[in-house]
Amino acid sequence: MLELKHVSFQVEDVNSTSKDIIKDINLTLEDHTFTAITGPNGGGKSTLAKLIMGIEKPTEGQILFNGTDITQLSISERANLGISFAFQQPVRFKGIKVKDLIRLSSKDKLSTADACEFLSKVGLCARDYINRDVDASLSGGELKRIEIATIIARNTPLSVFDEPEAGIDLWSFNNLIKVFEEMHDKKENSLIIISHQERILNIADEIVVIADGTVRTKGRKDDILPELLDTNGGCRFYQQQ
Amino acid sequence: MDQIQKTLLEEIAGLHEVPAGAYNIRANGKSEARNTTANIDIVTKEDKSGIDIIIKPGTKKESVHIPVVLSQSGLTEMVYNDFIIGDDSDVTIIAGCGIHNSGDKESRHDGIHSFFVGKNSHVKYVEKHYGSGEGTGERIMNPQTIVHLDEGSYMEMETVQIRGVDSTKRSTIADLKADAKLVITERLMTHGSQYAESYFQVDLNGENSSTNLISRAVAKNDSKQLFVAKINGNNKCAGHSECDAIIMDQAKIRAIPEIAANDLDAALIHEAAIGKIAGEQIIKLMTLGLTEAEAEEQIINGFLK
Repeated sequence: MLELKHVSFQVEDVNSTSKDIIKDINLTLEDHTFTAITGPNGGGKSTLAKLIMGIEKPTEGQILFNGTDITQLSISERANLGISFAFQQPVRFKGIKVKDLIRLSSKDKLSTADACEFLSKVGLCARDYINRDVDASLSGGELKRIEIATIIARNTPLSVFDEPEAGIDLWSFNNLIKVFEEMHDKKENSLIIISHQERILNIADEIVVIADGTVRTKGRKDDILPELLDTNGGCRFYQQQ
Repeated sequence: MDQIQKTLLEEIAGLHEVPAGAYNIRANGKSEARNTTANIDIVTKEDKSGIDIIIKPGTKKESVHIPVVLSQSGLTEMVYNDFIIGDDSDVTIIAGCGIHNSGDKESRHDGIHSFFVGKNSHVKYVEKHYGSGEGTGERIMNPQTIVHLDEGSYMEMETVQIRGVDSTKRSTIADLKADAKLVITERLMTHGSQYAESYFQVDLNGENSSTNLISRAVAKNDSKQLFVAKINGNNKCAGHSECDAIIMDQAKIRAIPEIAANDLDAALIHEAAIGKIAGEQIIKLMTLGLTEAEAEEQIINGFLK
């Protein structure tokens, strides 16, 4: 279970005036659930995801993971407790191969065949990719799928995906939905997916709408989604992209 | 050969035992072992220290190992090695120098390697440098490589210096005739208060000659590096140089790439980038459970691989 208690996050702008990105958020996410976080751009969704992984530390409040206070823990410590994070814009490396990244993710001693299986799941022909460098020679979409493969390989109790659909073509998107459905069907782990995509929201158990640094609404998908889609004007963008 | 020398030999040439093919092993200033083959002759120079490696035309898929190890503190030497490679050959040459200095005097190996590569020959040249020993005496290596590539020949040169050399000045000067190609890959890491200098000059004299010069460097602690790459395009040719460097701690790196087009059809490119490890790379690896130090190590190992 993941609990956020009175979590706030402020940044200072160039004029040293502080700006609230996350404002006193209280949120409890139960085990084995698939939570989709949505809301307008600039509303604080990605920051919230980074606070959960420890990439940013809250200026106030507490984060508990399975009862343990992880507020002050480093990224590595949280990773080892069982939290994974898929970047919205995956990182490139010079000299680190796709195979290396998947092996580092998995912790087990993986054979090349095992590593290939993770790539196949995200729709990449493993043979073509396994020995390639995770560098600028890969397209944004390829990189994104490799990023998701590393999360599948980690197989941790909680996985956070920051806009997994961004930069992925339509064909891959269908596969991506399947990947999330599969991860969710196992009912072993929890998923938090930040997304604007109706089809992703549609397979979630819970939807949280974050806007202006606060939780606008939270509830069962069946209750929240129709509301989001019915709204004229403001919420239309959820159907776009 | 003692254990220290054997360890050095393994570090620089990956040798556990006597290599196959031709070899000349030099230890503490003397030739320790030598083997020649029907196609590869090794002759001691008479006028100065060093050897001539003579490879017959048409020699295919053969290798020569010429490692040098120094374990006697305070020894300094200057060696001249000439490689005469006949036309239409395909050979691998593995050189390298390991210094173990457990004393307080400077140990130093300076070498000039001259390559005369015949027409349409293919040469792979690997050179590794390594230093060890607890002594306060410096471990110094100043290798010079001079390359003459005849028409249609191709040379791949790979140099590696990862650990333990206190001071190094490396100079590589090459001239290429028509259709010749030179590819140089340098990997360098300095730490402590080490100093390393790499100087490259490639003259693309022949029509359709080309070069690709790639340097990957990491400087840690208080170490300093200077990288200079000059490519002169004197004909219709293609040249590319790339210096990619990571700095850490208080280290400093200067990169000076220079390209000179002296012919309308010379196509030359240089790239140089120096910076610290991207923070997001460390963060990504930390999200996989590595500590910050492990993440750095992984990134550097990959970068220098």
